[in-house]
Amino acid sequence: MANFYTDNPDLKHHLTHPLMEKIVALKERNYTDAEKYDYAPLNYEDAQDSYDKVLEIVGEICGDIIAPNAEDVDHQGPHVENGRVFYADKTVENLEACRKAGLMGMAMPRRFGGLNFPITPYIMAADIVSRADTGFENLWGLQDCAETIYEFADEDQKRRYITRVCQGETMSMDLTEPDAGSDLQSVMLKATEQPDGTWVLNGVKRFITNGDSDIHLVLARSEAGSKDGRGLSMFIYDKRNGGVNVRRIENKMGIKGSPTCELVYKNAKAELCGSRRMGLIKYVMALMNGARLGIAAQSVGVSELAYREALAYAKDRKQFGKAIIEFPAVYEMLSVMKAKLDASRSLLYECARFVDIYKIYDDIAKERSLTPDERKEAKQYSRLADALTPLAKGMGSEYCNQNAYDCIQIHGGSGFMKDYACERLYRDARITSIYEGTTQLQVVAAIRHVTTGTYLNLIQQYQTTEVKPELQALKERLAAMTERYAKAVEEVGKVDDVAYGDFMARRLVEMAGCLVMAHLLMLDANRNDSFKRSAEVYANLAQAEVTKHSDFIANFNPAEVAIYKVD
Amino acid sequence: MSLNIIVLAKQVPDTRNVGKDAMKEDGTINRAALPAIFNPEDLNALEQALRLKDANPGSTITLLTMGLPRASEIIREAIYRGADNGIVLTDRVLGGADTLATSYSLAQAVKKFGKYDIILGGRQAIDGDTAQVGPQIAEKLGIPQITYAEEILDLKDGYVTVKRRLENGVETLKAPLPCVVTVNGSAADCRPRNAMRVQKYKYAASPSEAAKLSDERKALLEKRPYLNIEEWSAAFVEADPQQIGLPGSPTKVKAIENVVFTAKESRQLDDSDAQIEELVKELIANHTIG
Repeated sequence: MANFYTDNPDLKHHLTHPLMEKIVALKERNYTDAEKYDYAPLNYEDAQDSYDKVLEIVGEICGDIIAPNAEDVDHQGPHVENGRVFYADKTVENLEACRKAGLMGMAMPRRFGGLNFPITPYIMAADIVSRADTGFENLWGLQDCAETIYEFADEDQKRRYITRVCQGETMSMDLTEPDAGSDLQSVMLKATEQPDGTWVLNGVKRFITNGDSDIHLVLARSEAGSKDGRGLSMFIYDKRNGGVNVRRIENKMGIKGSPTCELVYKNAKAELCGSRRMGLIKYVMALMNGARLGIAAQSVGVSELAYREALAYAKDRKQFGKAIIEFPAVYEMLSVMKAKLDASRSLLYECARFVDIYKIYDDIAKERSLTPDERKEAKQYSRLADALTPLAKGMGSEYCNQNAYDCIQIHGGSGFMKDYACERLYRDARITSIYEGTTQLQVVAAIRHVTTGTYLNLIQQYQTTEVKPELQALKERLAAMTERYAKAVEEVGKVDDVAYGDFMARRLVEMAGCLVMAHLLMLDANRNDSFKRSAEVYANLAQAEVTKHSDFIANFNPAEVAIYKVD
Repeated sequence: MSLNIIVLAKQVPDTRNVGKDAMKEDGTINRAALPAIFNPEDLNALEQALRLKDANPGSTITLLTMGLPRASEIIREAIYRGADNGIVLTDRVLGGADTLATSYSLAQAVKKFGKYDIILGGRQAIDGDTAQVGPQIAEKLGIPQITYAEEILDLKDGYVTVKRRLENGVETLKAPLPCVVTVNGSAADCRPRNAMRVQKYKYAASPSEAAKLSDERKALLEKRPYLNIEEWSAAFVEADPQQIGLPGSPTKVKAIENVVFTAKESRQLDDSDAQIEELVKELIANHTIG
């Protein structure tokens, strides 16, 4: 009888962010869909009410079905038989509940049977689902791939495939191979054009989440003899056509309910999606950005669960005659966990809103040409989304790992046993900072926004907000921290050495991340007093981080990079 | 084959999670303190109806409930899950009904409804726990009944085959249609609300609710006829005033006793077989178990 949406008022706080009114009006084209579709919103309030009601369904399914099933799913896991994957029994039950509830294709347009939700409430559903079962979030969240079909496939493909996703068919993105992990330019899977214009795929893919899905997006080499990313194209493989078998599934540490497959393509018939040669350089980049936002949401969900489990245990567990939550060492851990959770969640939704705006403009641009102002705005938000996505994914996933670690720590010896949920979430958390680009690769994606000043501009813009008197001191403190960051960026920029720049990149990105999140929490507290504690706690944490990194940079002789180099 | 399915449901106070103010001092239920919910076993019945509809496209499911005007809440709940429409049988003169008067009133409503193939309902409601209304309706309509149903196995050629849960096992029965089937809580849980249907039907309203709405919302009800939930009165279903409400209810509550469970004594047992056996025998003897 739990509801993972209504029991968490922070979600509604983010859902009702002031920018949402603009997002929804754009998404709904000023609510003109209401004439065509009987479930389209009539106005902003109506849309918000619908998001609220649908998220209530998500929360209920998560609380009543998916979360109680998580332990069984973790134990049973999926298996392979004759080249096909069979999910754990309770995974089947979870999927069925999501299908019946119509929670597949949530962000897809109504003409394909979707709910036409903006990314923000969709990502909120991902956040909630992940708290219930991190591994299941993958299977459910791969509906994201439909976005790529929507953006780049032709109308006929959209109609044929997106409609099926909305009806509940699952998806996968078949990108990595044994020799092409982070380095996707090395993808070898061979796509051969047939005389009739169709394509066949041959080769092997590895580490494919939900690899026996109904509809696959496949990155393959369409240009024989090419070696780099420009020879790769995107294909749609429909399981109904056959030709792809699952050779094995990986025995993983966590997210055990989500099958990670090795796939063998044998003359598998496939359709080209979009233009040739654009597979990696355009489509996968778009796909990955969406997926990274998904992992950021997944991370926040894990953080939420970690915090809740730790809090409940700390209240319940008595030692030395009182509940352990009474001890400073424990309550400090808890308030820091909550601050990290709140910070990463604020960043997640800020990022989701930015993604919403530019993607909706992109979509509108297919119907009419944008005005110069709109074009400018779209570009600006696209840049901001591009800047915040690696921060949300990189730092959010690190925080969720830290929270999972602290959750076990608060459980003490009991946390090391298999008896509590915390050991599962500790294992589940671990992958979030690895897949869809490791934290180290998020730094690579983020660093140009340090050097070009995207983060600094954004932070300075946050600084222009009028805040309540009681937050004024906090704002000034953050302004001073921002100066230290700007100075550190300048210091590092002065040194003309690529290795040194790469070496310091993580520090600068983390500082930027801390400052963005500290400001977002200040703005949350400005809107809602319940965030005040986290804003203060996080500011302390951020200050310590900024100081640490800026000291490190100030005291570091660029020539010292050499002593770190391990042969 | 498309079916006309009626699901009987009741809005009940949620007696599963009662707080200390759940009962008034006189021992009656304090309805104000308890949230009103869809009677749980009626949801099991709705799921069986939805499965019949899945298997027989074109079927319609109508939820029939008797209660206060606010009972239209459970009709919306049912529609969100896949029911097609609903009827609230509501009238001051129906108030205070016992199971006899309730089943009479509902049977009248079913007669007014017209053609139907099957009537499904929960085994019993959690506020009264009588399990009498379903069977009484079947009697009043003069049609067969199957109680304690766990699963409808088959429905074809004018017959329904049902697995029913008994104390020591299951029994499979076949009955001619139309018939009444009351569904046990051990049957499959009801499917969740559907996101699209929630958005489509969230403004559905009964006439009593519509009266309190803004002009804008009233206009929407006119523009979208499917949003109107029907309300039927006792007169509309041609109920005999003597057989409904208080006059039609021979059940008299003699006294209500507020039972307070208190552990008067505790006993320590060791884990020997002898002690455990003794305890089990004692519990069987005083009907605590068995």
